[in-house]
Amino acid sequence: MTIPFPMSLLAELTHRCPLQCPYCSNPLALENVRNELPTDVWMRVLNEAADLGVLQAHFSGGEPMARKDLPELVRGAAKAGLYVNLITSGILLDEASFIPLVDAGVDHVQLSFQDVTPEGADLIGGMKNAQGRKLEAARVIVAQGVPLTLNFVVHRLNVERIPQMFDLAGELGARRVEIAHTQYYGWGLKNRATLLPTRAQLEQSEKDVASARARFGREMAIDFVTPDYYADEPKPCMGGWGQRFINISPSGRVLPCHAAETIPGVSFPTVLKDSLESIWTKSDLFNRFRGVDWMPAPCRTCDRREEDWGGCRCQALALLGDASATDPVCRRSPDRGLIDAAIAESADAPLIYRRMSNHKS
Amino acid sequence: MSADLEARIPGFLRGVRLQRDRVRDQWIVQAPERAFIVDTIAASILQRVDGDATLAAIIDALATAYDAPRDVIARDVIDMVEDLTARQVLVCKS
Repeated sequence: MTIPFPMSLLAELTHRCPLQCPYCSNPLALENVRNELPTDVWMRVLNEAADLGVLQAHFSGGEPMARKDLPELVRGAAKAGLYVNLITSGILLDEASFIPLVDAGVDHVQLSFQDVTPEGADLIGGMKNAQGRKLEAARVIVAQGVPLTLNFVVHRLNVERIPQMFDLAGELGARRVEIAHTQYYGWGLKNRATLLPTRAQLEQSEKDVASARARFGREMAIDFVTPDYYADEPKPCMGGWGQRFINISPSGRVLPCHAAETIPGVSFPTVLKDSLESIWTKSDLFNRFRGVDWMPAPCRTCDRREEDWGGCRCQALALLGDASATDPVCRRSPDRGLIDAAIAESADAPLIYRRMSNHKS
Repeated sequence: MSADLEARIPGFLRGVRLQRDRVRDQWIVQAPERAFIVDTIAASILQRVDGDATLAAIIDALATAYDAPRDVIARDVIDMVEDLTARQVLVCKS
């Protein structure tokens, strides 16, 4: 099998974050600041990524603006020819912190909002008065002329406010909006019973997004991520394992997706030991679920096997304890009943916030 | 009509650019959260988009460079610029 060139690098610079969202995509075992990669290693890695074919670098976290060397890293990525996307909560973003990033060559900002109401935002972020800072961050970004995407993660507690989310995006001058239903891994899985929307809510969210598309036309790009629990077929996670996407953790582990650290029995490759090229092409982790040869039945003979690539490995692991099983979201999976049971189990339980102290390993 | 159209000056929207993808040996447009391949004809037009050149100047340059009938080039350029304007890649000022 020929190995494709990767398109996209998600650089998780740190797990430090002022927010504590209960669906955070970071692993349950958060990385301590003293294990974070130093500037010079990131600079080498960014150049290796560009040489390997990566076109876009996404600086994320945690909160990437917690890294003091972010302007230097942005400059390094831009110099390597990478398109630089900043994925931020906006809590630390003001004119003084943003202008150095603009000067360094940041191309685009994706700013997260937890809700449109201050109360809803505080409840999810676990921080008082976050919303005002985010609104101010959006104004600073737009005033600097940098294209802005607003990202809303939606779930049972805020999904009914999608129309107001689009109103806010229009008022702030965002060029793109992402409405992303929560994905249930790690922290999200811990809070699934509280966050999973009902089928009626999902259907309403589809209608609300369709109306927004009609309202804004080509003035606003809209991305909509549906919750796969209500689908009949799994999503092609990351466009296929080791096909397009590289994730690097704060300590330098190189992963095919941000949840892959949960997979047992593999040694995780790290940029401290190997080049990105060697990890991408030769490591056991990247080759383990690449292509179709690893697939179990019913995927192996399925006519969708090169469309959804067997679905999400981390979801199979999290729900079935086996990363090489068919994603249980699929109607053809013998374990689909687990998903239907989860849908039936939703209940209003207190949220478990993303904090080091909320994970006992 | 055509003279009006050709007086417009196309430029890239902020956050969008033409770039050589040296690893895959192709031209691409980089934009927020996406990158797409452009063919060599589109790339030859976009390479001349600098925020100063009018469509008329771009068409003249291409007609000379490719030794092709000006009206054919003009139609290709105007169609492509209109398409890329609708797709939030280019913005035109007059």
